[in-house]
Amino acid sequence: MIIRDGRVIDPANGRDEVVDLAIAEGRIAEKSNDAEVIDASGLIVAPGLIDMHVHLREPGFSHKETIASGARAAAAGGFTTIVCMPNTSPAADNPATIAWIKDRAAESACVNVLPTGAISKNIAGEELAPIGSLGDVGVVAITDDGKCIQNHELMRRAVEYARMVGLPVLDHCQDYNLAGNGVVNEGYWSTLLGLPGWPAAGEEAIVARNILLAELCDHHIHCQHVSAAGSVRLIREARSRGVKISGEVCPHHIALTDEAIQNFDTNYKMNPPLRSQKDVDAILEGIADGTLSILASDHAPHAAFEKEVEFDQAPFGIVGLETELGLFIDLLVHKHRKIDIVRLIEMFTVEPAKLLKLDAGTLSLGAKADATLIDPELEWTAKIDNFQSNSRNSPFDGWKLKGRAVRTIVNGKTVWQLA
Amino acid sequence: MNERWTRKDLLGLRELSIDEINFILETADAFKQVGAREIKKVPALRGKTLVNFFVEPSTRTRTSFELAAFRLSADVINITASGSSLTKGETLKDTAKNLEALHADILVLRHSSAGAPQFLAERLKSSVINAGDGAHEHPTQGLLDAYTIREKRGKIDNLHVVIIGDILFSRVARSNIFCLTKLGARVTLVGPSTLVPRDFEKLGVTVSHKIDNVLPDADVVNLLRIQHERQRKEYFPGTGEYTRLFGLTKARAKMLKPDCLVMHPGPINRGVEIDSEVADGSRSVILDQVTNGLAVRMAVLYLCGGIAT
Amino acid sequence: MDAAAITKALRRIAHEIIERNPDIRSVILAGIPSRGVEIARRIADFVRQIDKIDIDTGVIDVAMHRDDVGTRRELPVVRESNLPLPLEGRTVIIVDDVLFTGRTVRAAMDAIGSFGRPARIQLAALIDRGHRELPIRADYVGKNLPTALEQDVQVRLEQIDGEEGVWIK
Repeated sequence: MIIRDGRVIDPANGRDEVVDLAIAEGRIAEKSNDAEVIDASGLIVAPGLIDMHVHLREPGFSHKETIASGARAAAAGGFTTIVCMPNTSPAADNPATIAWIKDRAAESACVNVLPTGAISKNIAGEELAPIGSLGDVGVVAITDDGKCIQNHELMRRAVEYARMVGLPVLDHCQDYNLAGNGVVNEGYWSTLLGLPGWPAAGEEAIVARNILLAELCDHHIHCQHVSAAGSVRLIREARSRGVKISGEVCPHHIALTDEAIQNFDTNYKMNPPLRSQKDVDAILEGIADGTLSILASDHAPHAAFEKEVEFDQAPFGIVGLETELGLFIDLLVHKHRKIDIVRLIEMFTVEPAKLLKLDAGTLSLGAKADATLIDPELEWTAKIDNFQSNSRNSPFDGWKLKGRAVRTIVNGKTVWQLA
Repeated sequence: MNERWTRKDLLGLRELSIDEINFILETADAFKQVGAREIKKVPALRGKTLVNFFVEPSTRTRTSFELAAFRLSADVINITASGSSLTKGETLKDTAKNLEALHADILVLRHSSAGAPQFLAERLKSSVINAGDGAHEHPTQGLLDAYTIREKRGKIDNLHVVIIGDILFSRVARSNIFCLTKLGARVTLVGPSTLVPRDFEKLGVTVSHKIDNVLPDADVVNLLRIQHERQRKEYFPGTGEYTRLFGLTKARAKMLKPDCLVMHPGPINRGVEIDSEVADGSRSVILDQVTNGLAVRMAVLYLCGGIAT
Repeated sequence: MDAAAITKALRRIAHEIIERNPDIRSVILAGIPSRGVEIARRIADFVRQIDKIDIDTGVIDVAMHRDDVGTRRELPVVRESNLPLPLEGRTVIIVDDVLFTGRTVRAAMDAIGSFGRPARIQLAALIDRGHRELPIRADYVGKNLPTALEQDVQVRLEQIDGEEGVWIK
């Protein structure tokens, strides 16, 4: 396969040039003998993008999503590698479940699916999962995502143990006491609507805890889906001192504020919740100055009947894989001009690859031929009816966006292209 | 003929215009007068079926809606949470769709989740009347409070209304705030800082934690029930301290202007938020509120239920 | 019909009411809002001029007694009724501007019934345009006005509409 005349952006190698890219036998090559030529003129040829925060719901909740449908959604969103969270049923807290997920992915997924393992048994936050064994079967990180270990001592031991095993720790930052039964951000809108709110301090407290533990244990803790201005400030300060801490941003936390909840639409209910404009502004600054280094979707599929209930009783989360890249290009590169497209690609490739020690995210000669072709100027409308995901719980239906993936190549084969 | 009412649902007072609120109050005047007739029943909603769907218990509000519906000649069914399929795991939407399939024209919903009435209103052809949703709104209570103030004081504009108690968890407080500020009243919220957080100032009201500074200037004092039993040990230390700091005691009542109204949405905790003598005193219009609630609910049922759908 | 004709018609109705009700003090003129209320007031004025007697007037709102609530996009505005009570032994004369199908009058009779049981109910209308749908007839009529069903009869009164007269459209 030859990808012809594209603008090849490979941040790992500091490369940004219009050039032909050859793929042979599933690897980036000097030249290719096969006849397939892809015209990429006017397009960006990027290393296959990585989304390191996805819920695939299998095993246990295949009515929401399967590994196969989630992988198709990823491909349609321009992602060649996705990292799936362990809050399945049974939870991915044991080697057998991890093996099952990997087998299932191998037989049914059109993109690379990398599992994470749980930090605690059954994600209950009480005793450690067999982190060493999970490492042996190839999890790329440990996390209790969706839950947060409240016992600081247990978290400390988990981080120490993970350091030995060589796995980064990903954390959903939520102090249960401060968050209480909150379902939205605590502020003007929660006051107006009488919905239980949870304050930004409930996230910031755990981010601060994680910074202290990362220092204490000298090991990496990654703060997932950062939503609050204070979290950005804490991470910025800690990183400036060389603490092994990082932060991740989801598109909804910069595309929307808590004003969106005013009609009690459960497609605006996620955890952490949509926060204020002040928080959005701080996150944008955090992306601009490198404090927040990872972009991810927190793709959280739920069936329509599960979301179509009273607001405080609905499950948290929205699907994101198929709108994520469009939203980030549109908002970060075009609208707010916080970063350029090269940095955006870097945040989707080099940054997660480095954090999770993945053999991915580059177009180096001999690298696995995962690539995403992006048209950064293409104007399109997000439509939930066109989603590859099994679920439709998105607040972005009908949004007009600029920029998207047009072709996704995994292992040298096109797994999806824009019709 | 009537451009002033076009809604099939009453979900809250925040979304109503001043004109719409005044129109409900004027309509309630006509229905209040029905209560003085020899035959206290009019055929306005004859043939209509009203379902009182109370997922959270409330004898007082349910009875008021039931009587209002009887006086409008509607047929009434009462459903409570324990008697509904909700306890068998049926969703709210499915339960409501089933009621609609039985040709329920008006659904009066009391629910513990904020937004539940709007959720149903968007999915049903039937009229949906919010009889209290979580800590969100209790629009007919807000209207009957406004009606009572207007009746007793002749106006609402420029009056100083003081709402005392558990504001944070109170739907009554929110409906009162939205309604009274629209009608031109000055509203002050009083209570412990944990139950009257400063975020409320963004709703266009004043927040105070010193009741003695506020009472002498009040034209209306509306006391909310303090619910220590199901509540919130972490929000205030106990009813004894609450009464000492925020109770409308006999001694404090002496600070009130002679024509100040004392209101309470009930049920009253005598000796906690209000002393017995004050609740039964000359300034108290607590029973007028109950009577006016009937007229206001008749007006609301007539307006929402009378619109062709 | 112009202002002078309306005045003449109402004065005649006042005379007829006095003639037909020997105990004129028992009469209550109950106007249907909004023009019926004004017409009742004017008739009472004529009775006072003719007989030097103040007769009772009242307002009888029919909106909440109508039989078509829920079938119309426009909901009739309800107004407060106001009748001198008790009605027992009294003669209530319903006063309206235009008598048409008779449904409003039926609703008015229902409404009066909810206040008590008057000795008798009579009906006065400035205009009778025909097309009755119920077995109802007026006791006092200002003018019979033959109309087609689809025509619109409008009564306008100075105090309410700023002009005076009856038009057919």
